[in-house]
Amino acid sequence: MSRTSVPEAAYLAASLLFIFGLKRLSSPRSARSGNILAAIGMALALAGTFVLPGMGHFGLIILAIAIGTAPGWLLARRVKMTAMPQMVSLFNGMGGACALFISMGEWLRETAPAGDFGQALPMLLGIVFGSVSFTGSLVAFGKLQGLITEKSVRWPLQKSLNALLLLAIVATAAEAVPHHDNAWWAVALAGAALLLGVLQVLPIGGADMPVVISVLNSCTGLAAALTGFAMHNMSMIIAGTLVGAAGSFLTVLMCKAMNRSLAKVVFGSFGLSPVAAAGAAAVKSDQVMREITASECAIMMGYARKVIIVPGYGLAVAQGQHLVHDLDEALEKRGVEVKYAIHPVAGRMPGHMNVLLAEANVPYPKLLDMDEINPEFEQADVALIIGANDVVNPAARTEAGSPIYGMPILNADKAKNVIVIKRGRGAGFAGIENALFFNPKTRMLFGDAKKALQELVTEVKAL
Amino acid sequence: MIYIFILAIFTGVEVISRVPTVLHTPLMSGANAIHGIVLIGGVILLGSAGDSVLLCALGFVAVILGTLNVVGGFVVTDRMLEMFKSKPTNKSSADK
Repeated sequence: MSRTSVPEAAYLAASLLFIFGLKRLSSPRSARSGNILAAIGMALALAGTFVLPGMGHFGLIILAIAIGTAPGWLLARRVKMTAMPQMVSLFNGMGGACALFISMGEWLRETAPAGDFGQALPMLLGIVFGSVSFTGSLVAFGKLQGLITEKSVRWPLQKSLNALLLLAIVATAAEAVPHHDNAWWAVALAGAALLLGVLQVLPIGGADMPVVISVLNSCTGLAAALTGFAMHNMSMIIAGTLVGAAGSFLTVLMCKAMNRSLAKVVFGSFGLSPVAAAGAAAVKSDQVMREITASECAIMMGYARKVIIVPGYGLAVAQGQHLVHDLDEALEKRGVEVKYAIHPVAGRMPGHMNVLLAEANVPYPKLLDMDEINPEFEQADVALIIGANDVVNPAARTEAGSPIYGMPILNADKAKNVIVIKRGRGAGFAGIENALFFNPKTRMLFGDAKKALQELVTEVKAL
Repeated sequence: MIYIFILAIFTGVEVISRVPTVLHTPLMSGANAIHGIVLIGGVILLGSAGDSVLLCALGFVAVILGTLNVVGGFVVTDRMLEMFKSKPTNKSSADK
């Protein structure tokens, strides 16, 4: 017993560190230390595993860890802040694949008599969840990285096909239990689950990606916990379940922020309903967008009392965060009050925009959540919308037929003047026309966000 | 083990129940790193693979993938949180 007490103690300490780490991660002040605590926990658990009885192949283990560390570190260090979401998704997929390989290995090694359902279940489920989260995350990564179209991909009989595949997975798993000696059943199971991961994520539009990543994240957590059950490893059960539960809860929070039901995200993607399409056409035909030049824009803002900036993903893509801060400073120098309105899902993930603006040294207290800033729009002279679209679309409030109807939005249309910096005239991420852009008090400044901001900064400074 | 499973579920939900929206992304990323615990499973699989070439190969790949998840996850999260850390004086007032 004494030989296992060291790893057991390490696992217990690691589990506690994970819990405290996660706890600290949920408050801005302690978040970084929380992450480090969790990392220490991971190191402890790893060290404890090395002294488990009956272990060998230490050279191979260390070699594999070295091979994994180098690219992991480099990728994570080099990636741009804007590409964070797909990076998280990619690493998540690696975890899923890891769980798949382990479950498969356990299944092949397991000498338990064929037909023991209680023993087989965690391994088979580990294979299924690991596979789905592996390919699902890769597809999500491909979509966010622009390797696969971000639009919702659809094909006939989509739902029936997925349901059929799910049935096939259940049937294969049931068949694998009594045929434990025939490994091909488990391989077939993995194949079907891998396919399901692809088919399930492919139809989901880019706007829903944050939710998908969160779902897949908890999926991998669950896979880790299942693997822990199969291997009787306490730390894996605890850590995996923690992530599974926290991830599911986080998913629900995100869905609430976007006013989307989880079922809708997973089973029915953003599609242009006929009503919305007709509404968009109506907007287009009888209304025009009014353009504005950068210098006029600068005058409007430079002589305003209060400006609220609404940053969106377009800003992040153009890498214009730092210029926003410059503009902010130039305006403040002239005595203009500047605030930022952050929609919960601005950017590609909740909180993504805060990270990006914090990177550009925008003071934290100036970033206001939707609920705090919305009453202030009425007093604002100018709402400057940079690369945001759906989060300020009044259709969410008024048009019952619109796909985004009911989503809480920023009340930018309540400001006295609205300036929109936008790359082109096209519809937004969700493919929906925005009536705000045709509003008589709205002026459009077309162009790349970075270039437009540069001009604005120069013009404001010259005032 | 079922007890632990259920307790961990409640802990997981309880621990993050009051997280501000601002931290959703880093939290997701941090949780992502924590489920890299599968790495342990990979190490055990490889460490106890014995003479089986197949198990060795599966374990070897699993350890590489698990390490990618752990290292990448923690480093990405740290980089995100670094951003929040840079202005400690301004932050205290924004804490809710």
